[in-house]
Amino acid sequence: MIGVERQTIQANSQVPETTLETLADDWGSDIATLKGVPWGKAMMWVFLLSDTFIFTCFLVAYMSVRMSTVEPWPNPSEVFALQAFGVSIPLLLIAIMTIILISSSGTMAMAVNMGYQRRKEAATNLILVTALLGATFVGMQAFEWSKLIFDEGVRPWTNPFGAPQFGAVFFMVTGFHGLHVSAGVIYLLTIAFRIRRGKYDESNFEIVEITGLYWHFVDLVWVFIFALFYLW
Amino acid sequence: MTTKEPGQQHPIRIYLVVWGLLFLVSALSYSTDFIDRGFWRWMLILLFMVLKAGFIVAVFMHMRWERFALISAILTPPVLLLVLVGLMTIESDYTRSTRIEHFGDGTRDESMPAAVRETDN
Repeated sequence: MIGVERQTIQANSQVPETTLETLADDWGSDIATLKGVPWGKAMMWVFLLSDTFIFTCFLVAYMSVRMSTVEPWPNPSEVFALQAFGVSIPLLLIAIMTIILISSSGTMAMAVNMGYQRRKEAATNLILVTALLGATFVGMQAFEWSKLIFDEGVRPWTNPFGAPQFGAVFFMVTGFHGLHVSAGVIYLLTIAFRIRRGKYDESNFEIVEITGLYWHFVDLVWVFIFALFYLW
Repeated sequence: MTTKEPGQQHPIRIYLVVWGLLFLVSALSYSTDFIDRGFWRWMLILLFMVLKAGFIVAVFMHMRWERFALISAILTPPVLLLVLVGLMTIESDYTRSTRIEHFGDGTRDESMPAAVRETDN
């Protein structure tokens, strides 16, 4: 063991004197775990992992209150039904919101591709389309919220359909997701204008991929909310 | 396609195919709303959910082209969250059984404590 240590120390130009210096030397010894991954991308993945834990906490809390309530859970396909062409279509608005978010994920994937091809103009425009679709999603969510709050009288502590926990879960989960979409729209616009200004001309436009990771994650969370909250 | 390239450069075709598949699976997912609640509905909801999540993570987020060091670092912790799901399932079942034992089965009778009845208004 001592021999190995000595070899390692000798490989460095300066011999560390204290334990603390040895520790710093080891951690700073230019060993990358995630090879070939830009640090910005690695950090975005770590952030998304922490965000996964937050959303899982919300969804597990939802599962707990829904499983433990003794009152009937409101039927989402009736609560979120919308009148169109004279008939009531279940989850109509939610289905449209899903389509919009998937479309935006597609345009974002295209933007990443254009970025790596160094086609700045195309990448910027696709990011702007993505942001526009995201803003549309938030607008529709605002419509859904106001309909439930003002017309139906849903509150975090009560609602006319059944178990009172329904409102708390709905506002918490969709609100936190909507906040992510809103932040994502601002993030996308910022990156689009920075690309246009030429801030990333020296790089290979990996920034578009990093931004894309965040945006796809927002879509990913919606997949779980759609399945577990609206369809279940 | 190799990891030696600095970026994630892939043919556009694969994005378009996955994009189309996402629309298709979403439509199938939406159609489960017309099935009665029960085992098969829940299984189909979960199946389409996992399919969509898989497409997004694997292709749109480029996970299938990443090195295993990154894949394992990012995908292992969420799998461990299933332990939390399992624990909370047991806990919720227990909470429900104690509620039924003490407050009744949810039919609003006068024997329920006032605090519980108030939430219904």
